Amino acid sequence: MALFAGLAEKLQGTFQKLKGKGKLSEADVKKAMREVRLALLEADVNYKVVKDFVSKVQERAVGQEVLKSLTPAQQVIKIVNEELTNLMGGEQSKIKIASKPPTVIMLVGLQGAGKTTTAGKLANVLRKQGRRPLLVAGDIYRPAAIKQLQVLGEQLDLPVFSLGDKQSPVNIARAAVEHAKNHGNDMVIIDTAGRLHVDEELMQELSDIKENVEPDEILLVVDAMTGQDAVNVAQTFNEQLGLTGVILTKLDGDTRGGAALSVKAVTGCPIKYAGVGEKLDALEPFHPDRMAGRILGMGDVLSLIEKAQDSFDEEKAKQLEKKIRQQQFTLEDFLEQLQQMKSLGPMEEILSLLPGMGNVKQLKNLQVDEKELVRTEAIIQSMTPEERRRPEIINGSRKKRIAAGSGTRVQDVNKLLKQFNQAKKLMRQLAGDQSKLAKRMSKKRKKSGFGLPFFR
Amino acid sequence: MGFFGKLKEGLSKTRSGFVDRISNLVSGKREFDEDFFEELEEILVQGDVGVNTALELVDRLRDAVKEQKIKETERLYQVLEQSIVEMLGEDQPLNVGAKPSVIMVVGVNGAGKTTTIGKLAHQFKDQGKRVIIAAGDTFRAAAIDQLEVWANRVGTQIIKHQEGSDPAAVAFDAIQAARSRNADVVIIDTAGRLQNKTNLMKELQKVHRVINREDPAAPHEVLLVLDATTGQNAISQAKVFKEAVGVTGIALTKLDGTAKGGVVLGIANELKIPVKLIGVGEGVEDLRPFDAEEFARALFAREED
Repeated sequence: MALFAGLAEKLQGTFQKLKGKGKLSEADVKKAMREVRLALLEADVNYKVVKDFVSKVQERAVGQEVLKSLTPAQQVIKIVNEELTNLMGGEQSKIKIASKPPTVIMLVGLQGAGKTTTAGKLANVLRKQGRRPLLVAGDIYRPAAIKQLQVLGEQLDLPVFSLGDKQSPVNIARAAVEHAKNHGNDMVIIDTAGRLHVDEELMQELSDIKENVEPDEILLVVDAMTGQDAVNVAQTFNEQLGLTGVILTKLDGDTRGGAALSVKAVTGCPIKYAGVGEKLDALEPFHPDRMAGRILGMGDVLSLIEKAQDSFDEEKAKQLEKKIRQQQFTLEDFLEQLQQMKSLGPMEEILSLLPGMGNVKQLKNLQVDEKELVRTEAIIQSMTPEERRRPEIINGSRKKRIAAGSGTRVQDVNKLLKQFNQAKKLMRQLAGDQSKLAKRMSKKRKKSGFGLPFFR
Repeated sequence: MGFFGKLKEGLSKTRSGFVDRISNLVSGKREFDEDFFEELEEILVQGDVGVNTALELVDRLRDAVKEQKIKETERLYQVLEQSIVEMLGEDQPLNVGAKPSVIMVVGVNGAGKTTTIGKLAHQFKDQGKRVIIAAGDTFRAAAIDQLEVWANRVGTQIIKHQEGSDPAAVAFDAIQAARSRNADVVIIDTAGRLQNKTNLMKELQKVHRVINREDPAAPHEVLLVLDATTGQNAISQAKVFKEAVGVTGIALTKLDGTAKGGVVLGIANELKIPVKLIGVGEGVEDLRPFDAEEFARALFAREED
């Protein structure tokens, strides 16, 4: 796993000597792609998919101008990332709703992929959208599979249709659709038996169900931890049944989830949902762009860069720089910074986007507390403009007022003022060497937009 | 059908994949050149062996070819098999000498724990052993029922509590029951959990602790059930479960598909956890003791073997 965390760094290393060069040479790109290839393979992306992908990216990358704002390594990452996102599919896709209810959804997949649990979760999601789902117990083989669905139905307070394990799944499915029509259920979710995809009998049974109830969606449920075999699974099910989409399960594990890419590449079907936990509400719409970053395992560096560049106002930054140099940095500026940071999105998300920050431990060490940011903002906003400009005038009674106004305690106000003073002091030190500061500011801004003294 | 035949049948898809490709690779080529080794690496990676392990194997083979001046396909197979067997380590049977022997079964969701326990219980029963199974998956809906169906089918005793109760308490009761009822083997099911869920891993450690407190020699086996379709995440699974509850062996399930289960090579190589059981089919008798040599041979044997 360390291999991935290190990918961005490795790439950086590979391109260290490239600094200052304007174009990506073939040899350099090749070197970089070797690392990308390894990362993808270790992430369980299918070998053939990796091969195609790497050659495609290589072709595109060689000879490309390196954008002024990026290092060559970042440029390659950018291309890799774009191509990966392309491959994963641009935007998230929804369940197709039948023009004439009920909408019939069939869940298929291997044993242990998580079909039954997913059926429950999906029903829950659909109900939240105002639908009236009916769960159908179509797995008559696995011991207690019907019972499992019934228990889930009880927990969710949703109806479960079963004819026991003596009727054929085809009959069950047909009867279930009738039942739904008569009982006002506009969604029918059919759980099917999982077996091995080489099992022709099962495939026949599934296609019989398909012919009989003409489902609007046939969703393949795939374990995100699946290895190279994901390609075969997806291909077989797709050829036999014609899939309309995929649900990826167990994505809350620490797998890179390369199977997602393999399945997408082989079937062309969109991944519609992802299972992200044991609880019954842990099914989320799938975000292809996020998955690309995860598979690559290097944090979505580029989207961070883009994000930062979008929300960071160059003009303001220059002003700020000037202020710092003239040692006029005030609490007002502090607040402005804060708001800029907030517009980037949740702190933890931003940090996790940075390579090497995926590790939870490291995040904890940084102790970025979203709540504290909000508190800090409230405190500053409870100050008068005069106080913000000249914090030294804040005395005991002003502190009390500020604390009351922001719903905090005097200690919190004190803490903020102390931090502000420290930050100011730090800036003064930095400002001591003006040219150095200017250089640092511009360089950092280019890289991530974090050339700001906000991180203490 | 003998074990080898069954394994071969189970692995036939795997084998035809591996072998056809290696055969194709070798035929028409006089020398084992770089292209050959690269393609061999590809074949291994496609079997979920993992890049690092595949590279290691290929390197070994490359050295051997050079040193022993290997020219024939036959000899190459032998060396490859040999390397794989070496990597897998010595075969170790299940440690069920004690009375009662406690086997704790762990793994991620959907690996096949409950089914494996059912089959295992069946086999012990056939050997004339008294078996008690403990329904320790108190979390998943109807997991207890699923195990109970197996218990009835096999004709063995089951210790169960309510859904949502403490799994450690179930384990405790099972060991007590095993003592008073003079059982030979206690098999303890646990709820599937992803290895990065710290709380759930702590819960598992508690179950382990309670078992160990009841009998300092127990659990005699901690079996990690691994789905053969799993990719490189299996290494993380093995590592974390080993650290948490001292996994003593792996039960590799669902080898009857096209899945190759090559990741056990990496696990044996990096973590020194032996494979003890393999599941090569849906039948009760399809859960087998693992045999590294036959596993390797079945992987690479050609059709006429």
